[in-house]
Amino acid sequence: MSIQVKFFASLRDKIGISDTTVDSATTAGEAWDIATDKAERPVNVLVAINLDYAQFDSPINDGDEVAFFPPVTGG
Amino acid sequence: MTSHISATAFDPWHAINDHQQQSGLDSQFGATATFIGSMRDFNDNTDVSQMVLEHYPEMTSRYLDKLELEARERWPLLDCLIIHRVGEINPADPIVLIACWSAHRRAALDACSWLIEELKHRAPFWKKETRQDGERWLEHNTDGS
Repeated sequence: MSIQVKFFASLRDKIGISDTTVDSATTAGEAWDIATDKAERPVNVLVAINLDYAQFDSPINDGDEVAFFPPVTGG
Repeated sequence: MTSHISATAFDPWHAINDHQQQSGLDSQFGATATFIGSMRDFNDNTDVSQMVLEHYPEMTSRYLDKLELEARERWPLLDCLIIHRVGEINPADPIVLIACWSAHRRAALDACSWLIEELKHRAPFWKKETRQDGERWLEHNTDGS
């Protein structure tokens, strides 16, 4: 099993990881815990699975891409 | 219907004109509504000298396309153009352009307003400002008022 995990913007700077791979996780939250060695999760972190917004308890599958990022500030 | 990300400065007025010329709209449209967001040289009463806009490329493209499709389902638009900058941005540089064409004004105005609010709340872009005291990630957008 291989899940690609990405971090963006201030969250990447805080965690110190841009992207990594985890071998086993059943939810986005588990992927966070494994990728960050259970770093404390800021309350406002957003999650996307395969480019769609998701939740921390959303299921993930082999080959998925999970991204974590802070509130968006574009426009 | 077109959306794209630009890593270099763009002229929104030329972009609107070019798109209109190339879109084949001819004289079908009676209304064009536009929103152009530009970089201010201040924020929270502090001078800002530069900004870097980061994004999640694959998700951003997909999300902008999704917004355009939804706008077209909600309003009778003839066409729509979205351009958003990424990379290093200087004060007064355009950051985002939204243009909507329709037969009558209400659809173009409402769609344009809806698109910029949706984009600001959901599209995965992040701004980092350069100030006199260093760099700072913006934690939230303005409320639109």
